[in-house]
Amino acid sequence: MWQNLPLFPDSASTLAGKVDGLYFYLIGVSVFFTLLIAGLLVVFSLRYRRKSDDDRPEPIEGSIVLELTWTIIPLLLSLVMFGWGAWLFFQEHQAPGGAMDVYVTGKQWMWKIQHPTGQREINELHVPVGRPVRLTMTSEDVIHSFFIPAFRMKKDVVPGRYTEAWFEATEEGTYHLFCAEYCGTKHSQMIGSVTVMSPSAYEAWLDGEPVASDPIAAGAALWEGLRCGTCHTADESRGPSLAGRYGTEVQLDGGKQVLFDEEYIRESILRPRAKISLGYRPLMPTYESQLTGDDLAHLVQYVRSLSEDKTP
Amino acid sequence: MSDALHGDHTPGLAHHFEDFEQQNESASLGMWAFLVTEVMFFGGLFLGYALYRTDYPEAFAAASHELSVAWGAFNTVVLIGSSLTMALAVRAAQLGQPKSIVRYIVLTLLLGIGFLGVKSIEYAAKFEHHLIPGPHFLWGGEGGPQVELFFGFYFCMTGLHALHMLIGMALMGVVVVRARRGAYTPTNHIGVEMLGLYWHFVDLVWIFLFPMLYLIGRHAG
Amino acid sequence: MSTKNYLNADYGFRSWLTTLDHKRIALLYLLSITFFFFIGGAFAVAIRLELMTPQGDLVQSETYNKLFTMHGLMMIFFFLVPSIPAVLGNFLLPLMLGAKDLAFPRLNLLSWYVYTIGGLFTLWAVVFGGVDTGWTFYTPYSSTYANTNVIAAALGIFITGFSSILTGLNFIVTIHKMRAPGLTWFRLPLFVWAHYATSLIMVLGTPVLAITILLVAVERLFRVGIFDPALGGDPLLFQHLFWFYSHPAVYIMILPGMGVISELIACFSRKRVFGYGFVAYSSLAIAVLGFFVWGHHMFVSSQSMYAGLVFSILSFLVAIPSAVKIFNWTATLYKGSISFQTPMLYALGFIGLFTIGGLTGLFLATLAVDVHVHDTYFVVAHFHYVMVGGMLMAYLGGLHFWWPKMTGRMYPEGLAKFAAVVIFLGFNLTFFPQFLLGYLGMPRRYHVYPEEFQVLNVMSSAGASILGLGYLIPMSYFAWSLRWGKRAEKNPWGAKGLEWEVPSPPTTFNFDTTPTVTEEAYDYGPKPEPGEVAHV
Repeated sequence: MWQNLPLFPDSASTLAGKVDGLYFYLIGVSVFFTLLIAGLLVVFSLRYRRKSDDDRPEPIEGSIVLELTWTIIPLLLSLVMFGWGAWLFFQEHQAPGGAMDVYVTGKQWMWKIQHPTGQREINELHVPVGRPVRLTMTSEDVIHSFFIPAFRMKKDVVPGRYTEAWFEATEEGTYHLFCAEYCGTKHSQMIGSVTVMSPSAYEAWLDGEPVASDPIAAGAALWEGLRCGTCHTADESRGPSLAGRYGTEVQLDGGKQVLFDEEYIRESILRPRAKISLGYRPLMPTYESQLTGDDLAHLVQYVRSLSEDKTP
Repeated sequence: MSDALHGDHTPGLAHHFEDFEQQNESASLGMWAFLVTEVMFFGGLFLGYALYRTDYPEAFAAASHELSVAWGAFNTVVLIGSSLTMALAVRAAQLGQPKSIVRYIVLTLLLGIGFLGVKSIEYAAKFEHHLIPGPHFLWGGEGGPQVELFFGFYFCMTGLHALHMLIGMALMGVVVVRARRGAYTPTNHIGVEMLGLYWHFVDLVWIFLFPMLYLIGRHAG
Repeated sequence: MSTKNYLNADYGFRSWLTTLDHKRIALLYLLSITFFFFIGGAFAVAIRLELMTPQGDLVQSETYNKLFTMHGLMMIFFFLVPSIPAVLGNFLLPLMLGAKDLAFPRLNLLSWYVYTIGGLFTLWAVVFGGVDTGWTFYTPYSSTYANTNVIAAALGIFITGFSSILTGLNFIVTIHKMRAPGLTWFRLPLFVWAHYATSLIMVLGTPVLAITILLVAVERLFRVGIFDPALGGDPLLFQHLFWFYSHPAVYIMILPGMGVISELIACFSRKRVFGYGFVAYSSLAIAVLGFFVWGHHMFVSSQSMYAGLVFSILSFLVAIPSAVKIFNWTATLYKGSISFQTPMLYALGFIGLFTIGGLTGLFLATLAVDVHVHDTYFVVAHFHYVMVGGMLMAYLGGLHFWWPKMTGRMYPEGLAKFAAVVIFLGFNLTFFPQFLLGYLGMPRRYHVYPEEFQVLNVMSSAGASILGLGYLIPMSYFAWSLRWGKRAEKNPWGAKGLEWEVPSPPTTFNFDTTPTVTEEAYDYGPKPEPGEVAHV
C-alpha cells in the first residue's frame, strides 16, 4: 500500500487475521449479490426496454419457488455470518490464561494506563509481543471507547463500572490508539499509540520507567480505608483470610475451583457474587464504583503481596 | 365540478366521511391508537422506575414513606369516582339527554379539580420538606441520591399524569359547550365517547401509579 | 384553460395556513422540509470542507462538534423521518384510497404546525449556541458534561415527535376506514402498505424517544441521576431507551421509500410488482422485527455477551425481508416493458445503492466485525448508503413521478436525467471511500485525523461537492417548472392507480364521486386502455 493511501489496516494481533477472514467472506457475499443485482438490472433493462408506446408485457404474478429460494439462501448465508461472528466474539470475551493485567482509565481527554508493577503511561501503551494482555478499564467522567484498529479490538469505557477486553499482539511495531466514543471537545485528540516490543525489550522498558508510588503501599492504604480487614479476618468467621492464598486453588460454592490469581482478586473486588468461596455467604458488596483504575491495580497488588513468600 | 358533494352535507358529518358510521369508527380507532402511544410514553417511565426500584429497594421504600397514603387513597377514590361520572355522561349521551351530559361532565370536572387540589397540597408538602429534586433537596438519612431519584420519578410521573388530566379537563369544557348547543344525539355523540375513553385511560394510569409510588414496603410485618 | 383545482381554489396566505386539504398540507410540508434539508446540507458542506485536511484548520473543535451534531439532528428528525410520509404520503394516500381527505384533516394541519414549530425551536437552539452532543445524546455527556443548548434541542425534538405520532395515527385510521368500495387490502398499492407499516412504527416508537429525551432534560435541569453514574444512574439505560426508538426510526425512514420504489418499478416496467403479497408482508415484517434489534448499536457498550448474540441474530433476520423486496423488484423487470424516464433512473439507482447499503448492514450485524468497525466511518458510510443512496433517491424519484399530479406541470426531462446521473456519481464518490476509512480505523466524529487518512477524505469531499451541486439542479428546475413547465395531463406516465384517474392537479375534494374498485393493483392488462399510454 502506498504511504499516503493505505487501503487496509495493519494486522497485529491473534484475532486480527481471524476477523479479517470473516470480513473477506462478507465482502465476497456482498460483491456477489451487488454484481448479481446490478447485472440483472442492466441486462433486464436493456433486454426488455420499451419498444413502442403501447407495448404491454405479459403479466407475471410471482413464484413461490423463487420467493423461497431467495429467502432461504440469504438466510443460510446470514446464519454463517452470525455463527462465525459469534464464535469470534466469544473468543474476544475470554482472555486466555496467563494474561497480563493492565489498568486503563479514560478521562477527558486522555488515557491513563497502569502496568501491574506500577509503571504508568499517558496515551501510550507498551506491551510485549506474544503475551495476552487483559485491559480492565473505567472512565472518570463520560463514556469513552478504547480502540486499537490494528488489533481489531474496541471496548467502551464507562463511568461507574469496569469493562474488560483483551488482545495478544503478534507483530512488533507502533499502532494507533483512538478514542471511539464521542466524549466532548477534544474527542479526536484523545489518541495515542500502542508499542509492541519483544519480551526482553519490554522488561528493559519496565525497568527504565519510574514507578511513581509504591503500588503495594498505596494498596495497603486502600485496604485500611475501605476496611476490608473487618471481614477478611484471620479467624475467617465472616470472610476468608487472604494471607498466603496467592497461587493456591480456592474451593467455590457449587463444587468448582478457581486459581487465586490477579484475575480472581480483581473480579472479587468488582463482582464479588461471581464466585463464592465454599462455606461463606454472598455478603461482600462490590467496590466497583469506589475505586479508580489506579486504586484497583494497587489493591490487587496489595492482596497479592499478602502472600509474600509466593510472589516471584 | 359539482358542488353538490360539498355544499350541503349533513350537520355533524365531516365532508370527507361517507356516513356517521365511518366517522365514528374512525374517531374510535384514532383514539385507541392514540392511547397506545400513551402506553408507550408512560411505559418508558415505568420501565426506568422499575429498574431503579429493583436496584435501590431500601432508599425507594424510605422515600415512598414520605408520601401520604391517606391522600393517595383519597385521590384514588376521587378519580375512580370521576370515571363513574364520566361513564354516566356517556350513557346520558347514548340516551340523548344533553342536560344530563352536562351535569355529569361538570361533576367529573369537579372531581378532577379535587384530585388536582389534593396533589397541590402534596406537592406543597414536598416543597416544605425539601424533597423536590434539585439544588434545594435535603435528605437526612442514607441513600440521599437514590431518594432524590425516587422523587425525580415521582414528580415526572405524577406531573405528566396531572398534565394529562388538565388536557382532559379542558376537553370537558369543550364537550359541555357542545352539549349545551345540542351537538350530541343518540346516533352521533362520538366526542363524548372519545373523551370517556381518554379519561378512563388517565384513571388507569393513576391506578398503576398509586401502588407503585405510595405503597412500597407498606405491607404488614 | 385553468379549471378549478386545489391550488387555485383559494388564494392568500390565510387559505394556505388554515387549510384542511391534505394536498395543500403536503405542499406546506414540502416547503418546510426543503428548508431544513438545506440547513442540514449546509452543515454537511462545512464538515466535508474541514475534513479535507487532517488538521482542524477551518473551525475549532467545539464548532466542529456542533456541526456534525446539528447535521445529524436536522437531517434525521427534520428531513429523513417526515419527508416521504409528510409530502408524498399526505398527498397521495387519500387519492390512492379513493377518499376525499385523510381521516383527521385538522390533526394533519396540526402535525405540520408542530413539525415546523419544533424545527424552528431546534434551529433556534442551533443558531444561539448550538448543540455538541452528537444526535445520539449519549449520557452522561449530554446530561451532565455538555455546556451547550442540550435542553432546547431536546425539547425541539420532543415537540416534533408529536408531528410524527399524529401523522402515523392519521394514516392508520385512514387506511383502515376510508378505502373506497372494492378496495380490499390486497388490492392496495404497495405504497399504501409501506406507509401503513411505517405508521405502526411511528405510533409505537416515537413516544419512547419522547420520554427518553424528556428525562435527559429533567436530569440536566434537576440533577436527578437517572443516567449519570456519578449520581447513581445508569448510562446504559439511556442507550437502551434511546435505541429502542432510534433503530425502528430507520425503518420509518426507509419503508416509505420502498413503497415509492414499488410504484415506480411497476409503472416503468408496465407490470404488476412480482410477488405482490410477499412485498406487502415484508413491510410488516420489517416493522415488527425492527423493534427487536436495537442492541446491535451496543455490542461494545458492555451489555452482556448473550444480549449481543440475541440482537445479532435478530438483526440478520430483519435484513431478509429487505432482500426479498430487492429480488422482487428486480424480477418485476423480467419480461417487462421498461422505459427510462427520470423516476425510473432514481428507482434503479435506489436498488443498486440500497443493496450495497443493506449488505454493509450485515457487516455491522456480525458481532466480531462490528467490534472493529463500530463508531468508525464504516458505519457512517453504511447509513449514508441506505439513507442518501436509498431513501433520498426514492424521495427524489417520487417527487419527479408525482410532480405533474401535484403541480400540474412537468419538469424538464433531459436536465432531470442529467441531474440524476450527477447525483448518483457524486454520491458514490462521497461515501464509498468512507467504507475503506472505517475499516482502516478512522473513528466517527473526528475533527482532526492522522495524515494517512487524508487522500480518502479528499476523495470524499470532492464527491460531496458534486453531490451538493447535483441537489441544486432539481431544486432549481422544480421551482422553474411551477411557472414555465409544460402543463401535465391526467396520466402522463400511463400508470395504474386511482391518483392517475383524477386531473393534474386534482380538485380540492379529489373525486366527484367515490370510485368503486374492481381491479387488482397494477392491473396493466394485455392492451393499454385509452389514456393509459405514456406520453412522456
